Amino acid sequence: MTLLLRRLGQADPTDLAAYRAAGGYSALSRALSLGAAAIIAELEQSGLCGRGGAAFPAAIKWDGVRRAAADQKYVVLNGDESEPGTFKDRTLMEADPFTLIEAMTIAAYAVGAGRGYAYVRGEYALAAERLGAAIAAARRAGLLGEDILGAGLAFDIELRQGAGAYVSGEETALFASIEGGRGEPRTKPPFPTTHGLFGRPTLIHNVETLANVPPIVLHGGAWYAGLGRNGAAGVKLFCLSGHVARPGVYEAPLGIPLAELLDHAGGVTGRLQAVLLGGAAGAFVPPPLLATPLSPPALQAAGLTLGSGAVMVLNDTVDLWQVALQLARFFAHESCGKCVPCRLGTARQAELVAAVAAGGGRGDEPVRLQELGAVMADASICGLGQTASWPVLSLLRHFGPPGEGRV
Amino acid sequence: MSKLIELTIDNQPVAVPAGATLREAALSLGIATPTLCHYPGLATGSNCRLCVVEVHGARALVPACSRPAEAGMQVTTDSERVRRARRTVLELLLGETDTTRAPELLAYARYYGAKADRWPGDPAGRRALPVVADNPFFVRDYAKCILCRRCTEACGEGMQRTFAIAVTGRGSATGIGTGGTGRLTDSPCVFCGNCVGVCPTGALLSLPEHAARAAGAAATERLDWHPAKGFGAAAAAPPAVRTTCAYCGVGCTVELHTHNGRILKAAAPPAVGVNRGSLCVKGRFGHDFVHHLDRLTTPLVRKDGALTPATWDEALDRVAAELTRIRARYGADALAGLASAKCTNEENYLLQKFMRTVIGTHNVDHCARLCHASSVAAVSRALGSTAMSNSIGELRHDIDCLLVTGSNTTENHPVIALEMKAAIARGARLILVEPRRIELAGLSTYWLRQRPGSDVAVFNGMARVIINEGLADAEFIARRTEGFAELRAAVQPFTPARVAELSGVDPDDLVAAARLYATSRAAGIFWGMGISQHRNGTDAALTLCNLALLTGQIGRPGTGLNPLRGQNNVQGASDMGCLPNLLPGYVPVGERTGHARLAELWGVALPAERGLTATEVTEAMGGQIKGLYVMGENPLLTDPNLNHARECFARLEFLVVQDIFLSETAAIADVVLPALSFAEKDGTFTNTERRVQRVRRVRDGPGQSRADHGILCALARRLGAAWQYDSAAAIFAEIRQAVPDYAGISYDRIEQEGLCWPCPSDDHPGTPYLFAASFPRGRGRLHPVPLIAAAELPDADYPLCLTTGRVLYHWHGGVLSRRSAGLDAICPEAMVELNPADAAALGVTDGQMVRVRSRRGEVTARADLTARVDQGTVFMTFHFSEAAANLLTIDALDPIAKIPEFKVCAVRVEPLDQPG
Repeated sequence: MTLLLRRLGQADPTDLAAYRAAGGYSALSRALSLGAAAIIAELEQSGLCGRGGAAFPAAIKWDGVRRAAADQKYVVLNGDESEPGTFKDRTLMEADPFTLIEAMTIAAYAVGAGRGYAYVRGEYALAAERLGAAIAAARRAGLLGEDILGAGLAFDIELRQGAGAYVSGEETALFASIEGGRGEPRTKPPFPTTHGLFGRPTLIHNVETLANVPPIVLHGGAWYAGLGRNGAAGVKLFCLSGHVARPGVYEAPLGIPLAELLDHAGGVTGRLQAVLLGGAAGAFVPPPLLATPLSPPALQAAGLTLGSGAVMVLNDTVDLWQVALQLARFFAHESCGKCVPCRLGTARQAELVAAVAAGGGRGDEPVRLQELGAVMADASICGLGQTASWPVLSLLRHFGPPGEGRV
Repeated sequence: MSKLIELTIDNQPVAVPAGATLREAALSLGIATPTLCHYPGLATGSNCRLCVVEVHGARALVPACSRPAEAGMQVTTDSERVRRARRTVLELLLGETDTTRAPELLAYARYYGAKADRWPGDPAGRRALPVVADNPFFVRDYAKCILCRRCTEACGEGMQRTFAIAVTGRGSATGIGTGGTGRLTDSPCVFCGNCVGVCPTGALLSLPEHAARAAGAAATERLDWHPAKGFGAAAAAPPAVRTTCAYCGVGCTVELHTHNGRILKAAAPPAVGVNRGSLCVKGRFGHDFVHHLDRLTTPLVRKDGALTPATWDEALDRVAAELTRIRARYGADALAGLASAKCTNEENYLLQKFMRTVIGTHNVDHCARLCHASSVAAVSRALGSTAMSNSIGELRHDIDCLLVTGSNTTENHPVIALEMKAAIARGARLILVEPRRIELAGLSTYWLRQRPGSDVAVFNGMARVIINEGLADAEFIARRTEGFAELRAAVQPFTPARVAELSGVDPDDLVAAARLYATSRAAGIFWGMGISQHRNGTDAALTLCNLALLTGQIGRPGTGLNPLRGQNNVQGASDMGCLPNLLPGYVPVGERTGHARLAELWGVALPAERGLTATEVTEAMGGQIKGLYVMGENPLLTDPNLNHARECFARLEFLVVQDIFLSETAAIADVVLPALSFAEKDGTFTNTERRVQRVRRVRDGPGQSRADHGILCALARRLGAAWQYDSAAAIFAEIRQAVPDYAGISYDRIEQEGLCWPCPSDDHPGTPYLFAASFPRGRGRLHPVPLIAAAELPDADYPLCLTTGRVLYHWHGGVLSRRSAGLDAICPEAMVELNPADAAALGVTDGQMVRVRSRRGEVTARADLTARVDQGTVFMTFHFSEAAANLLTIDALDPIAKIPEFKVCAVRVEPLDQPG
């Protein structure tokens, strides 16, 4: 029995009656009877952290937006799932759009927001179609609009589709895109909790993060926290791809060791060389680190990151430096070009990695890559530039240049 | 303000106001932060990342330019980590970009030891980008672009709000560009060049500067930088002189850079003057007329029918002899002088003094007669004053409703329009009353599109709504005005329905606009010649005065009655007394104390009777008027009904013109005297908001040309007056005595920034807005105003209404702007704006040559089919002598102000066969 994937394949995802028959919108009813402060207390107890990559505690965001005074506040669903190797949000949006709408409505009630935006990656046509249909159905049923559930709650959601830029998944770039501008990040602080969409307090969450909200409201924060392992709270969706027997989206307790997760997917095909954990902005995990629990603190201690939950399994038929080169080129292509360290740093990084991958170069590339990566991490505006060097640096750290210390 | 934030920077404690950035906090300790993207007055995206500093506890470095200081922060500005980041950013830029013309970047690079070859970029990348020269003003050399984005910010919300350019592409392919074809000439660009002004790397350069640098004629300045000192003095800075733009009445502060006497570029220092770093296309790129080959270089005297080069002695002797002869034979009032709103206060002061004290007549006037004489007459009757009541800077903070009428501000006062657009962007609302669909129409809350000539009906209608709905300020009316009962009665016929019949304005919009104006906290009225240039121009301006007085929207910041003056020094020329009925300081001719004070200052008795206006002088030529002295004006292009004016001028016995070019008027003169342009002399201009500002010599005049005041002194001495002014400053010292409102202004006080008059004493701070406590005439006078129809309305023979005006790229009679290479290239010919529906009925296609005919003359020009003009209306500019709109216009005069009705006459339009 899964929690987040419970409705996967169960029914027509846009059938509101079926959703309600299965207990849908009981979380919203409960939320309305609990009141905002109690909802946020439950959220705090649940230990729910952001599932988009930064793992920031959700309750702190909710409390921040709730306390911010403004003429308008917003709730934004970040469905711009662009991290290579990540496909969990797509699954949720396609299979269970009403849970996301219900979650956004609960959030709007708790933080005092009157408008919501569901921002869906441009390539996700089916997800956008189903979310759009579900929003329309909820509106027809009075579950969005001026007086939701007769409780005097006014909230509505507008669907927006991205135009293909990776950086638009960064929250401030996403705001710029909704506002009609070029998808580019802004300097933080100020943070979205006080200065978000259209400069107003905004609660923005990754799709998966919000999907956890209705169960938490229904069953309580303590129950949810207890679903995790190894000191971590709750459950997480993992996207397994590459050389595993059964690739796909898996729900597992947060804190599960990486090796155990691979077993869920039927194990590695061939001889494992490395796992790229966390997506393009993740890190290469060498086999000796497979026992690491998949929880943010444990991974951080090991110099790794969970990121969005992408688990790309690579056996020994793969040239890891070619993988790194593809990633470096990806970042050079996806840099929005706003800040110098990212715009030029990703370009120079791709050239250096190409030299290393081709087996040529001057020999000082590893040192230069480390120096460049340090400055990109230190001086870039947003997460794109700050983390664009991570896979390359982890490859150097754990595997070294080609032909040198391969595991 | 009261709350201070305490933090430490480089282990030094510092307290700064809440909201201060780390950059500002560091500066208060004398620690400078390097930056390439930050620019005063522009929002920063913190994208160059050169300003990063270390904040204890923060994971990454933070940008000092934008990060606000927080209590307890521990900031380090010079750690190895900070240095490494700054050095690497500079090295990345040095490797990618051609930085040879980026003096600031190179100075930082030297300080941080950044090496150009550490991170070499793709040679086929940015460095291979071609220089784009797609317009007549500036080049775009994107091989030198570091993508700091100052230019897009200047084009957008930071200054111009045109949004012609934006960031394009991403990653290494990120660039700056336009939509569509990519050519600026196909974009909304208005070539203000504010992007050029803020570019730190020479990627954007004016054509003359680009050419000079390409030829190695002007070296890039070398700067040095140190965190404790900032930028030192430039080692090879090109000479730049701060002065005041000579085009329009906005009076922008401009710094002219010259090389070998030629103007390389015009810049605007940030945070200084009315314009605070902005300029328009004329101010930035239009000053090359000063070295045009057409400049007059020697006096010309007509011999055997032809103007022939002469010596100064020959020319001045001839002028002195003719003036003496005419005065002896016909009396002093047979002579008249035309002063110039383009010349300095000092020169205008001397011209009127010359006419009054040396010749002995009050026959002196200037071109304000043709632009705002009616506005001056109206404000004078209503309030007892003659100038804009409020200042431009109040648009920035105070105003929340603008009523703009008869002013295409974005084209005619472009830099004031920037402040208007910024005010609207921050929430102020715009009521536009205007027949043409101008740029401001798109920004208005209410656009009342009245038919030309129906202004009085519209504003009487607004007054009726305000009175009848109880929106008038009864307390203000009771305490500070008179004539309310008469006005209330007079406006009753102007019901919204009646106004709609008379003007075409939607009744609901009329009512809503009246309510908005009356109930706004601070509402200001701005108008241009669309109001004043009618035979009832004084009436129309009076209806505007009524609105302000009814609602108390005057005497406070952001309110007032603001006629936007056209010429750079039209306010000053009036202040100096270049008017036939008013002496310097607006002393009426014959008014006992003031008249006597000036007579004593000048040591002569003055005639007791007022003189003739410029329009009256023209009519009197050959009759009372036998000789005319013209200083820097061109009536034979700018007068109405030009054919008639030319006949009048032909009847003069003697005409002397002192100018910098052989204008249409100079061409028929008996003597032509070569004068200096604004760039070649010292003095002052007074801008539209009464701000007296310095004009400074930047270069030498060509040939034997002389300053106008020097010419006048030489002439006065020949006529027996012992004039001795050795400098402009000496004349200004006398102006301070003659004009009480200028008494507190001195060259020393306005060395950095000008002062708004009244400024009666040395310690007076100047007066940005007038009438806080009272009006000069005591109570403000409300005037009942009936609607008088235009002198000539369309009929069966002449079925279209012609209205005239100006375009952004040209100035007045075109004498200056048509001799600016860029301005003439981008706007080379006269156009006739014609509504597509009218054009279809006439069988005229876009771009076809047409003949425009009125009862007085005809011109041919190219048709521009556009919905900017409503059906039934055509629009022409008066910049082009070869298609002079004033051959068509009517010389019907306002009975009070004697201003001609340039804005309405009847014409017909006929298609001409396409050439070839």
